[in-house]
Amino acid sequence: MHPILGNLRRLAIYLLAWIPLTTVLTGVLRYSGGMDGTVAFTMAAPLCVVYAFICLGIWYLCKATPLESTSFSQLQLTHLLAAIVISGVWVLLAKALADVLTASSPSYVGLNVQVRKDYPLLFVSGFLLYLLAAAFHYVMLSQELSRLAEQREAKANLLARDSELKALKAQVNPHFLFNSLNSISALTSVDAKRARDMCILLADFLRSTLGLGEKTAIPISEELQLVRAFLAVEKVRFGQRLIVQEYVDPQALDCIVPPLLLQPLVENAINHGVSNLLEGGWIKLEIKHVGADLTMLVENNFDREAPSRPGTGTGLKNVRQRLEAKFGPRATLMLDNAGDIFRVEITLPAECVVTI
Amino acid sequence: MTSVKYRAVIVEDEELARGVLRELLADHREIEIVGEYANGFEAVKHVPELKPDILFLDIQMPKLDGFEVLELLSNKDDMAVVFVTAYNEHALRAFEVHAVDYLLKPFAAARFAEALDRAKQRVGQKQVAPVVELASAARPQGQYAERIPVKDGPRVHIIPVAKLEFAEAQDDYVSLASEGKKYLKQGAISSLEANLDPNDFLRIHRSYLVRLECVSKLEPLSKDSYVVTLHSGARLPVSKSGYAKLKAVLETER
Repeated sequence: MHPILGNLRRLAIYLLAWIPLTTVLTGVLRYSGGMDGTVAFTMAAPLCVVYAFICLGIWYLCKATPLESTSFSQLQLTHLLAAIVISGVWVLLAKALADVLTASSPSYVGLNVQVRKDYPLLFVSGFLLYLLAAAFHYVMLSQELSRLAEQREAKANLLARDSELKALKAQVNPHFLFNSLNSISALTSVDAKRARDMCILLADFLRSTLGLGEKTAIPISEELQLVRAFLAVEKVRFGQRLIVQEYVDPQALDCIVPPLLLQPLVENAINHGVSNLLEGGWIKLEIKHVGADLTMLVENNFDREAPSRPGTGTGLKNVRQRLEAKFGPRATLMLDNAGDIFRVEITLPAECVVTI
Repeated sequence: MTSVKYRAVIVEDEELARGVLRELLADHREIEIVGEYANGFEAVKHVPELKPDILFLDIQMPKLDGFEVLELLSNKDDMAVVFVTAYNEHALRAFEVHAVDYLLKPFAAARFAEALDRAKQRVGQKQVAPVVELASAARPQGQYAERIPVKDGPRVHIIPVAKLEFAEAQDDYVSLASEGKKYLKQGAISSLEANLDPNDFLRIHRSYLVRLECVSKLEPLSKDSYVVTLHSGARLPVSKSGYAKLKAVLETER
């Protein structure tokens, strides 16, 4: 929706701003164009009204070529061309108006000839007015963008609080704890050393989850540490059945991300993957830093015909909401479960700490 | 020294968890472990031949969950079933299918001994109530079966409920029509009906249950009987009361 056309009050203010411009044009036509005062005004007033509306169209052009993401040369070229075309149209309109006026009354005799000499003057005025309007629209556009950003930020803050609470709750799945404790209890008599190792792994995992709920951002290396501790515990439980492949771009390690994005995905991969696979399952974890983007991928095989398990979808929903709240459209979460492979890919803007 | 020997089977997918049961059972000389299975398919295949007295059954397992395993065991009424799980959500349902006990992992040796005592007491007493009917009673409101396991000799088929076209009662069995094939499942059509969403399925006849989506047309056959034709071309008889129900449903849909 056009911000001015869609709002009567703004349209009125906008048209008022054209009164001084009309006065200026009248003056130009009178003193530089050699027209009589009344004639100059009769020409300038309708031309300015029409031009005011033509200039509103520039908004669409400005929107299509935002200052932030358009190269300077492209910006120049676009507006130069548009300015020439629109000013040309304006000159033609002036010619038509002069023709009509000349034919309508004897007091305008010679206007159609007179106006020809003023073409360059009119063209330059049109050109300058175009540039003024374009600048005005860019200011308006950036104001609107910052208003939207503010709105989103307010919403994000609200959601962030909400999701922090949820994240806190989601941190440790009680079933994970019970299963791990059962594994430890099984190991105590058979393999005391492994039982102790598992206690330590579990403690590592719990300790690293503890502080996370309060933080809004952590280096990816920290999240990875958490995921590794989690997987190490599950590896004891599933033994040979669980295979983990990890591909981490060392450049990505210092990037800052919201906590607990990967862990719920990996937990899902365990609960819906290897847990349901007799012959065992694999999990592939990939973290890449490409250009301005950070990509995190969790992939696992699963059994399409497996009985459903409790808690389906909440972890994923939570991750999606938190991404949405924090990054809006700049982050994406893509799901793909073609065949017997489930794949979640998160792409978000990479914010990295530069280490020198 | 007790001379009574009880035969026990363990069905549990995690090696370590099986180890705990094995170890705890070693302290009870009167129990002999006759089989250990890591998945439901294997259990369904072998448990009927082994005829154990006590069955230790995990709930969350690959392929078939513990309840589905139990549903497919023809001799389930002759066994004392002890569920072993990390999830307490299923406790109510477990007792509805007449489990003797419900052990929450991890459990203490004393708690295990208690469960074992209960199981031993149960051995020899036949179950009175049919188990399957009650299974649906414990399903939370608004939740219906998503899949139906069917045993076919040593094999187990899983029929997704979404693919079930109609069911026909045949003596002690129910024939399930799905994707052009028919599967025979032990049990009553009424217990199947109780497990399915009444918004999707309708009992159109004493012996027939049909998926409403599959109905193509409804015609009179004689004075008091009707016949329904399905999209697949199958024709099923409709009783007088079935006709009234079906007509009401089809009319509200239009």
